[in-house]
Amino acid sequence: MNIYKKRQIVNKLMCALAFLCAIFTLVPLISIFGYVLSKGITSINLDFFINLPKPVGEPGGGMGNAIVGTIILIGLSCLWAIPVGVFGGVYLAEFGNNKLAATVRFTADVLNGIPSIVIGVFAYTLFVLPMKSFSAVSGAFALGIIMIPTIMRTTEEMLRMVPRTLREAALALGISQFRMIVSIALKTALPGILTGILLAIARIAGETAPLLFTAFGNSFWHQSLGQPIAALPLQIFAYAISPFDDWHRQAWAGAFVLIFIVFLISFISRFIIGLRYKFPASR
Amino acid sequence: MEERVRILDLNAYFGNIQALKNINIAVKEKMVTAIIGPSGCGKSTFIRCINRLHEVVPGAKVSGKVLLDGRDIYSSGIDSIEIRQKIGMVFQKPNPFPVLSIYDNVAAGLKLNGIKKKDYLDEIVEQALRMCALWDEVKDKLNASGVSLSGGQQQRLCIARALAVKPEVILFDEPCSALDPISTGKIEELLFQLRQKYTIIIVTHNMQQAARVSDYTAFFLMGELIEFGKTQDIFTKPEDTRTEAYITGRFG
Repeated sequence: MNIYKKRQIVNKLMCALAFLCAIFTLVPLISIFGYVLSKGITSINLDFFINLPKPVGEPGGGMGNAIVGTIILIGLSCLWAIPVGVFGGVYLAEFGNNKLAATVRFTADVLNGIPSIVIGVFAYTLFVLPMKSFSAVSGAFALGIIMIPTIMRTTEEMLRMVPRTLREAALALGISQFRMIVSIALKTALPGILTGILLAIARIAGETAPLLFTAFGNSFWHQSLGQPIAALPLQIFAYAISPFDDWHRQAWAGAFVLIFIVFLISFISRFIIGLRYKFPASR
Repeated sequence: MEERVRILDLNAYFGNIQALKNINIAVKEKMVTAIIGPSGCGKSTFIRCINRLHEVVPGAKVSGKVLLDGRDIYSSGIDSIEIRQKIGMVFQKPNPFPVLSIYDNVAAGLKLNGIKKKDYLDEIVEQALRMCALWDEVKDKLNASGVSLSGGQQQRLCIARALAVKPEVILFDEPCSALDPISTGKIEELLFQLRQKYTIIIVTHNMQQAARVSDYTAFFLMGELIEFGKTQDIFTKPEDTRTEAYITGRFG
């Protein structure tokens, strides 16, 4: 067998292997989605979205409070994590040629890898113990900490991709550095930054561990930010480990809604990435 | 003829590397001064020192004086923003802001400095675009993105953007090096008109261009000013042998 023949055979084999591995990554995703859909869809109806959970044995009931709770928790986390992340990213990209920035960058990357349950314990000692109560704010604090590294690093990366010539063009017009960053650099990088924010939201939407001892969960509608609050992942967890068939079905439905929310967010961020190419950066 | 910009003992550095050594030049009002020289000779660094853009680069330093109408732009009481509004700049590659419309690109220097009066902005934008012979080409699509134009149009848009700030001096950093010959011709035509109103300093790689558009020419080599004089003299009877070697194409 000559070496060309051998090369062609190896080529085909490797190609097939790469293809198989690519398909393999799709299998879990599709089976999870399919399984959750088939199990959960039967329990999805209007009641599920607008009602409180019912006691065991009573038919009906829903996870309305958990859906509202998850939305409140996400909103509250964004409220502090987006400004901190974006401003931090601006610092790293625009003024980040020093030791401090290198430390922040490294810390953010490490923070990104810390198990979320540890962050939950941290929020517990910092908020729950002094306040003597589980609360929405402590949950939002924990989720925000998870969001910040992602938002900060994406903001930095996206700002760095704005060509230097655009910054210089703005400065050469007698525009201040502040206006240049806000109106030119951030505006040019906006689609990428938004995508980073949405990905961070998608990640925290499904976080359960840090909420176990911060938000805690609640079977009633949201009352105040200082009190325990329901969240979809917590409700799914509680229902899934219960011994009741009824609750199992509800847990599947909750899982379906949660996956759908995350899917929707990813889809929106894809759409935003798509927009960006309508305004290609000039070189 | 009045003197507009005088450069005194200018030295520029990138970290420890000295890019310009003791440059002294006087730039006359409403004249075109060309800066020529081989790549890496400090031409661009030189004009970037005149609008204080050199200092934006991390690690870059400047010493010496640049006098604009007798006032040193590097003296402590002077804001770089004021200087950049008086001394505009056009870059090597067209760089309109991709996120801004054609209109907003031209108005950027005013709008982002807080000028909001619509009538005034409209007037300035139209004036600047007309001056650059771009008005008729873009008047129906002022809301399109700045990067939707062709390369030559983009460069004229950048010139209009610089004019809208009403500078007194305009720096051109190889404005035609990314353009085709027809677009280059249009920019050169424009330079002839601009010199009636503005003091112009242009860096160019192209010696024919320097000969065509400029009144004075400075020849730079390895960060030093080798020769400076009337363009006609530099190109017909250079005093320095290195200038002669460069303009006759023996190196560079």
